[in-house]
Amino acid sequence: MKVEEFGERSLQLGGWDVHLTTYRLGEVYHCKADNVSPGAALARTTGETRDVAERKAIERAEQLLSRTRRHAI
Amino acid sequence: MSNYAHPEVLVSTEWVEAHGSDARVRVAEVDVDTKAYDEGHIPGAIAWNWHDQLCDAVRRDILPRDRFEELMAQSGISPDTTVVIYGDNNNWFAAWAFWQMKIYGHKDVRLMNGGRKKWLSEGRELTTDVAPVEPETYQAEEPDLSLRAFLPEVQAASAQGTASLVDVRSPGEYSGEILAPPGLPETCQRGGHIPGARSIPWGKAVNDDGTFKSYDELARLYGGEGVDASRPAIAYCRIGERSSHTWFVLKYLLGFDRVSNYDGSWTEWGNLVGAPVERGVAAKAGA
Repeated sequence: MKVEEFGERSLQLGGWDVHLTTYRLGEVYHCKADNVSPGAALARTTGETRDVAERKAIERAEQLLSRTRRHAI
Repeated sequence: MSNYAHPEVLVSTEWVEAHGSDARVRVAEVDVDTKAYDEGHIPGAIAWNWHDQLCDAVRRDILPRDRFEELMAQSGISPDTTVVIYGDNNNWFAAWAFWQMKIYGHKDVRLMNGGRKKWLSEGRELTTDVAPVEPETYQAEEPDLSLRAFLPEVQAASAQGTASLVDVRSPGEYSGEILAPPGLPETCQRGGHIPGARSIPWGKAVNDDGTFKSYDELARLYGGEGVDASRPAIAYCRIGERSSHTWFVLKYLLGFDRVSNYDGSWTEWGNLVGAPVERGVAAKAGA
């Protein structure tokens, strides 16, 4: 199967930059959310539409990012 | 591939599409786990799970020689196999696998420039079929530990300036504002960086499509921070995978003879009792 409808976009969640990478493989959309700096994967999700896959990734990324503490320096 | 010191260690996505199925070539997708591989991978590629297959998770160590030999053999790799490694997460864990294969002396190992992201963005073929593997026999070389920095060397580099220390983490990790990449578990008890380390985040070495910047751009990047081939260099991050990526850049793209990866990284230093720590943003080179 070829990768189709590859796309990327950026957003902010809870003050953190997040990058979404989404593509379709066959009938399934795959989405990955990463944390931009440094770029580590936070969530990988699937869905029958791009919106569904991305919504799941955003929800999972938000959960993880909400646990990140900023420390005084 | 630009005028890199060792261009033979990089292959393009086009090369992999054309040669990935050659009899003497083995393609491996490497990541912290195999979730991305399971979604779909380059036809013929095998999967290596960094946590379970490329580390001794009990000792927090690279694989001992016998387990490395077993992994290679079970992956259908012999000492004369051309191994092409790629992965998600910006090729970080692929670079770790490359580094470990060089420690054990594998001669022909290469990274796919741009990693999984570039393959996807180009709309290339993926499969969920697991590649059949015919086991081989494999005998590794004695480990070349000059590629690996241990705590005493890092302490000397920090205290006596015996090597350039390159902190490749994000600016927030370097400063101490955060203890781990946002959203990931904190693996240390305090933030900051090793005294004397220069902040050169790994991502400055790559273009938007994940491919490496040119030799000239890389030389300016590291040279501008006082890191050049005239003295040894040690790269570190949090767990040693991002710094494998920078180690690869310094060793093979810029041609540094004396560069090592401190895989203990901030997870070790940030938990040491009595270790000096600097906090705050990076100062200009030479300041």
